[in-house]
Amino acid sequence: MKSIGLYVIFMGSLFTKMETFKTYVRRTVDESMLIGINSLTLVTIVSTFIGMVTTVQTAANLISPFVPTSVISTVVREMTILELAPTITSVVLAGKVGSNIASELGTMRITEQIDALEVMGINSTSYLVFPKILAAIIMFPLLVILSGFLGLYGGYLVGTLTGVVSGEDFIYGLRLDFKQYYIFMAIVKAIVFGFIVASVSAYKGYYVEGGSLEVGQASTTAVTNSCISILLADFMIAQLFL
Amino acid sequence: MIEISHITKAFNGRTVLNDISGIFEQGKANLIIGSSGTGKSVLLKSIVGLIEPDEGEVIYNGRNFTRADKDLKTEIRREIGMLFQGSALFDSLTVEANVKFPLDTLTKLPEDEKMDRVNFSLKRVGLENVNKRMPSEISGGMKKRVGIARAIVNDVKYLFCDEPNSGLDPQTSIVIDDLIKEITEEFDTTTIVVTHDMNSVIGIGDKIMFLYKGQKLWEGSNANILNPDVKELQDFIFANKLVKQIKS
Repeated sequence: MKSIGLYVIFMGSLFTKMETFKTYVRRTVDESMLIGINSLTLVTIVSTFIGMVTTVQTAANLISPFVPTSVISTVVREMTILELAPTITSVVLAGKVGSNIASELGTMRITEQIDALEVMGINSTSYLVFPKILAAIIMFPLLVILSGFLGLYGGYLVGTLTGVVSGEDFIYGLRLDFKQYYIFMAIVKAIVFGFIVASVSAYKGYYVEGGSLEVGQASTTAVTNSCISILLADFMIAQLFL
Repeated sequence: MIEISHITKAFNGRTVLNDISGIFEQGKANLIIGSSGTGKSVLLKSIVGLIEPDEGEVIYNGRNFTRADKDLKTEIRREIGMLFQGSALFDSLTVEANVKFPLDTLTKLPEDEKMDRVNFSLKRVGLENVNKRMPSEISGGMKKRVGIARAIVNDVKYLFCDEPNSGLDPQTSIVIDDLIKEITEEFDTTTIVVTHDMNSVIGIGDKIMFLYKGQKLWEGSNANILNPDVKELQDFIFANKLVKQIKS
C-alpha cells in the first residue's frame, strides 16, 4: 500500500513546476528514439517469429477436411491483433525499455545526477520521467501496429512456404469477418501498457538507494512489476471492451 | 551570506544533526569539517534543500529558505551552484552540454551568449579543447573542474562543494582547492565546502566549523585551528602526521 501511495505521489509530482514546452518536445523526441527506434530490431524479430509459430501450430491443430484452411489465418489474425501484438510485444519491451529506464534513473540517483537537477531548481521527476512516459505512450502503439503487421506477414510467409495454406486462402481468412474495433482495442492496450512500463520502471529507478547492486535489483523489479501490471491491465481491458 | 539556526535532523530515530547554528560569510571559503559520519554532508544537503531538516531554519541573505514557498525556493536554488562528491556530470551529455545545461534549462539567453559563458567558465577552470568530450573520457580531476564550471556558469551567488578532493591525488587536490578559493573571491560567492582533508582546511579555510557526532564543537579559521581548545578537534587534526610535524 505504501508503494502504491508513493507511486501516486510520484506521478503527481510530474505535473508540478514543469519546464518549458520546448524542453519537453526535445526530450520526448530523444526518448522516442531510445524507446521506439532502438527497439525496432527486437520487435521485428519477435513478432515475425511469433506470427510464424502461431500459424504452424494453428495449422497443426486444424488438420481436418471439414475445416477450410482459411480459418488458420482468421485464428492467427484474432490472436495477433488482440493479444500477441499488444501484450507480448509490451512484455518484451518491458524487458528492454523498462530495465533501461530503471537502470538509467537508478544510476542517475546514486551518482547524484538527480540531486544536481534538484539543486538547480529543476523538477527532476517532471524533467526526466514525463518525456519518457510521453515517448512510451507515442511509440508503443506504433511498435504494436508494426508487430501486428509483421506477425501476420510472418504467418503468411510460413503458411505459403510450407504449403499448409495457400496465399489466397490466407488473405481470404484475414479479411473474413474482420472487426476494425479490435485494432482500436490493440491501440488502447498499447497506450496503457506503454504508460505502465515507463511509469513503473521510472518509479523503481527513481527511488533507488544504495549502489550498483540496488540499481540491478531495481531494474529486475521494474521488469517483473511491469509484466505483472501489463497482464492485470490486459485482463481488465478485455473485460471492459469485449 | 547564509545563516543556519538550530538545524536538527534524525534518521530512523538516530540524531544525525543536533541543534547546529552558524553563519557562512560572503566572499569567503566556509569549511565544514569533521570525521566520516559526523553529519557534514547531511548538513550541506539540509542547507541546499535536498534534505528537509526536522527543526531549524536556513536563511539566504534574509530569505527564509526553509519556510519559503515553491516559487521562492526555486528562485533561491537558481542562485546556487554545487560541486558534488562524484562530480555528478550527466553521462549522456558532452562536457560543453553539461556546462551549458543550467543556461539551457534556466535562462532564455541567446545561443551565442550561452556559448560565450560556457567557454568563459571552462577557461576559468583551466579546461580548453575538451568541449566535445564525454564525461567518461576525462579524468577525475577534470570532472571536478567541469563540475565547478557548471556550478558557476549561471552567475551563482552561493557555491557548495561536497568533498571536492575525494578521489584526487594531492597535487590535483591543491589545484581544485585553489580554484574554489579564487572563484569565491572573484565572484564574491558565499562558498561552503565540506571536507575532511587537512590540506584544504589549512589552505583555504577562511572560516571553519567542526562537527563531531552531529554537534558543532568548534568554530574558527585556519589561522587558529592548529591551537584548538577542543580535544575532539585536536584528535581530528593531529591524526595527520604531517600536521603534527608542522605544529611541532
